[in-house]
Amino acid sequence: MTGLLAGIVGDTARWLSAGEHWHGEQGIPNRTAQHVLLSAVVLLVAAAVALPLGLWLGHRGRGATLVVALANVTRAVPSFGLIVLGVVAFGIGSGPVLVALVVLAVPPILVNASTAVSEVDADLKEAARGQGLSELQLLRQVEVPASIPLILAGLRTAAVLVVATATLAAVVPGVGGLGPYIVDGIGQQDRPKAVAGAVLVAGLAALTEGMLAVVQRLATPPGLRTAVGRARRHRSDGW
Amino acid sequence: MLLGAASDGWLWWDWVSRHVASSPVSLSLIDALREHASLTVLSVAIAQMISLPLAVAASRWRALENVALSVLGVVYTIPSLALFAFLVPITGLSRTSALIGLTAYNLLVMVRNDIAGLASVPADVKEAATGLGLTTGRRLVTIEIPLALPAIVAGIRVATVSTVALVPITALIGQGGFGQFINAGLQNLFKTPLVVGIACSIALAVLADLGLVALERRISPWSRARSAPQAARAAVAPQGGKAAPT
Repeated sequence: MTGLLAGIVGDTARWLSAGEHWHGEQGIPNRTAQHVLLSAVVLLVAAAVALPLGLWLGHRGRGATLVVALANVTRAVPSFGLIVLGVVAFGIGSGPVLVALVVLAVPPILVNASTAVSEVDADLKEAARGQGLSELQLLRQVEVPASIPLILAGLRTAAVLVVATATLAAVVPGVGGLGPYIVDGIGQQDRPKAVAGAVLVAGLAALTEGMLAVVQRLATPPGLRTAVGRARRHRSDGW
Repeated sequence: MLLGAASDGWLWWDWVSRHVASSPVSLSLIDALREHASLTVLSVAIAQMISLPLAVAASRWRALENVALSVLGVVYTIPSLALFAFLVPITGLSRTSALIGLTAYNLLVMVRNDIAGLASVPADVKEAATGLGLTTGRRLVTIEIPLALPAIVAGIRVATVSTVALVPITALIGQGGFGQFINAGLQNLFKTPLVVGIACSIALAVLADLGLVALERRISPWSRARSAPQAARAAVAPQGGKAAPT
């Protein structure tokens, strides 16, 4: 077992450090760039659709149940099936894959945005209205800043989901990204290639998660940072 | 909803009817259902057998809780295809690889819910049980776990639904359940098996969830009032807004 594991690690390290895997169209830099670009476009489109809708639903304070129910249904949809459906319905290419990935990325952004805004303290909203803020000002100056951590958490969840699921796009010829290393590696019984692809994809997902966690922390207004951290500090500092 | 008679339509009933019965040579809905359901049930059951003792231990030792949740959180971030690729050199293109991967994803959701469930048992209830002379072990089995059941079952529901949706990916390592139909749709750009595969997978997830709700009501009737919204919330965002494994 130890020998087997050492062999896999060695083979994978050799594959990853081989110079020919770092150049050209099939090379790791180009494939990583494709993966990141596809994921970024998907996330932007999904955010452009889901954020305004989620904020508006949250502000109205109604329709949240519907959003939650919708998100529950999408959890039951196999992402593999959705990607293949995009291809079979609209043809082979990046476009159909993009559409399928957007469909997967919308629910977490939508649910987090609408839930976060609808759960903003009612007293806070009343005070803001009392000071003469219009509904749009209320949303922009009170509700959105107060729910930024959760809104960003939704974007982070969606980003990791997209980076992970973009790997599955490898089943579609010509989309590229890091997924083909894994799918082709398994298909060709080229284990170092498959495992190296898995290392790259897992690394990219972890990097996405980590970077967006930092963004989330930096973008959280100082007043909320203490409120969020209070539970944890409570235990260690005892206040 | 999707009706078509020709082979290029979305659903060719004649093809479907020829692929229901179990067959050693071609795709069969019965075989796919058996594989899909058994992968789901086994991975959820194994994950629960690991996560409940882990949660009990974690609620005694805080350090273990932090370590377990961090490690499982990292595992959860690994895309499923990558996780299977890690397993294939060790356990092959096998059912074992599929089971290990699926179980690994279930652990985070279930450990979190089990810990939350055990933590939700009121301190005075535990004190009363001790006062009645129950040993720690008996108190755990007769008082704490039954009271934690709504949260535990909520975890099982989330894990079950996401596992059913994840099983089709294992078609890429030779398993797949209804995912074999999806794969056949992809290989031949043939809509009928694809539609059948997706529809059956979704239907299985929904039925399993409904079954678990019914089961929950039977085994913990006292929780009926509060379990529904709690479970609904958990089913969307299992604590901390994690999406389903991918």
